[in-house]
Amino acid sequence: MTEYTKPLPEITAESKPFWDACARHELLVQECRACRAVQYYPRGVCAACWSADVEYKRSTGRGRVYTFTVTHRTQARGFRDELPYVLAWIELDEGVQVMSNIVGVDPATVKIGMPVRVTFDDVKEGLSIPKFTAA
Amino acid sequence: MKPQALIAGVHEFPERKTTKSMLEIQALSARAALEDAGLTKSDVDGYFTVASNPGIGPLPIVDYLNLNPKYIDGTTIGGSSFVAHVNHAAAAIAEGRCRVALITYGSTSRSSGVAVGTRERISGDYLDQFEALFGTSTVGLYAMVARRHMHEYGTTSEQLAEIAVATRTHASLNPLALYRDPISVADVLKSPMISAPLHLLDCCVITDGGGALVVVHPDLARDLRKAPVRLLGSAEAIAHTSAGRRDFLVSAAAESGPRAFAEAGVSPRDVQMAMIYDSFTITVLVTLEDLGFCKKGQGGAFVSGGRIALGGELPINTDGGGLSSNHPGMRGIFLVVEAVKQLRGECGERQVKDCRVALVHGTGGALGNRHSGATLILGRN
Repeated sequence: MTEYTKPLPEITAESKPFWDACARHELLVQECRACRAVQYYPRGVCAACWSADVEYKRSTGRGRVYTFTVTHRTQARGFRDELPYVLAWIELDEGVQVMSNIVGVDPATVKIGMPVRVTFDDVKEGLSIPKFTAA
Repeated sequence: MKPQALIAGVHEFPERKTTKSMLEIQALSARAALEDAGLTKSDVDGYFTVASNPGIGPLPIVDYLNLNPKYIDGTTIGGSSFVAHVNHAAAAIAEGRCRVALITYGSTSRSSGVAVGTRERISGDYLDQFEALFGTSTVGLYAMVARRHMHEYGTTSEQLAEIAVATRTHASLNPLALYRDPISVADVLKSPMISAPLHLLDCCVITDGGGALVVVHPDLARDLRKAPVRLLGSAEAIAHTSAGRRDFLVSAAAESGPRAFAEAGVSPRDVQMAMIYDSFTITVLVTLEDLGFCKKGQGGAFVSGGRIALGGELPINTDGGGLSSNHPGMRGIFLVVEAVKQLRGECGERQVKDCRVALVHGTGGALGNRHSGATLILGRN
């Protein structure tokens, strides 16, 4: 594995279940047991009703590109060597948007509405970052 | 309730690259804005600035300026902060908490070599782990909104370029502007692609700079050096990721704009010129739609054909904007400075004829994840 020079997540107790699941190559969303709202990014309360009774659910990991940008110039750490790259908002089948990269496809072929599925970038032992690729 | 506040003095620090410190810039700007108002340091009893020092906000600059304010506000919500400060100053004045509010800004982004738009956008908070890992730059976040706008409404790169072209025309009339040579739509389209669909010339410049505003109680009107400008209406809002269900084509202006118009009792038709935060061309297009100058999705047509240039139906950013004049990181204060000068008739070659009502809208943060919006409606007193 080549050295990963991009930013790494600062994982806290609040987000540990999400990142532990990523390490198992599972993408999680949350659902509120009180009001049934589904949300992303994960947090300690339901964003709709502020109930602390939120549970993790495994996402299908499938969705569509909501919007994206192909970046040609950047000062972002670890990305300068990979230009051009695709930054995107993906709308999961569960209805929530996830920010990530679209990888493993020619950036010129990425389109809004394109079906995508999650893939995991295994950064180091116990840490994988969710990215998306053509479904 | 109608706001009870006047903008009595304004100043824009003239340099685009400076050897002065951010504190010096603010001190010199504060002195000049108070002089513009016909007031002095000892009149200041309210102080507003952004928290450039994490955790302690305005403390160092209040120390440096040797002020003794009764009311302090360090609201920091990105580039719109100083626009929001005017709203907050008006509230404090209406409540009797202060009578002469000083708002200052200073930044040395250019001389300290900050890649404001293309560096990774890290805020040091919990949200970074879900957003900052992906080469997420400010320009990238705005570019995603531009791409979606093109997808939904057929907006073109040529239409976005019209905004940069009109703004450069205005900059050519501003001796202080960083870039003054006219550009064409073709120039914008052939400038380097940064984050598609945004080209280099769709992006604001990076400069040093700063400024100051003096907002006062209406009772002081007769003591001022110049005819003051009246705050007719003001409002602010925040738009964010909404737990993962965001329409990123609707900005905070869709909330703050209508509330400010309602407070002022005027409509977009009554506005002779507008200062619209232009971090990127797409920022202007989305904001004009959300403020009601045109329908959602029709921004591309609206900004074309010279409508937003001097002599057009709604001249915007007559100082040359962030796209051509200056952008030290948080440009909101300059929006207010130029609108006030237009209402006073001090803009010389770039003066909007018979300017009675001006709109200011600041956007802070990024349209592509979360941002603040602050709207002011200003009129001749």
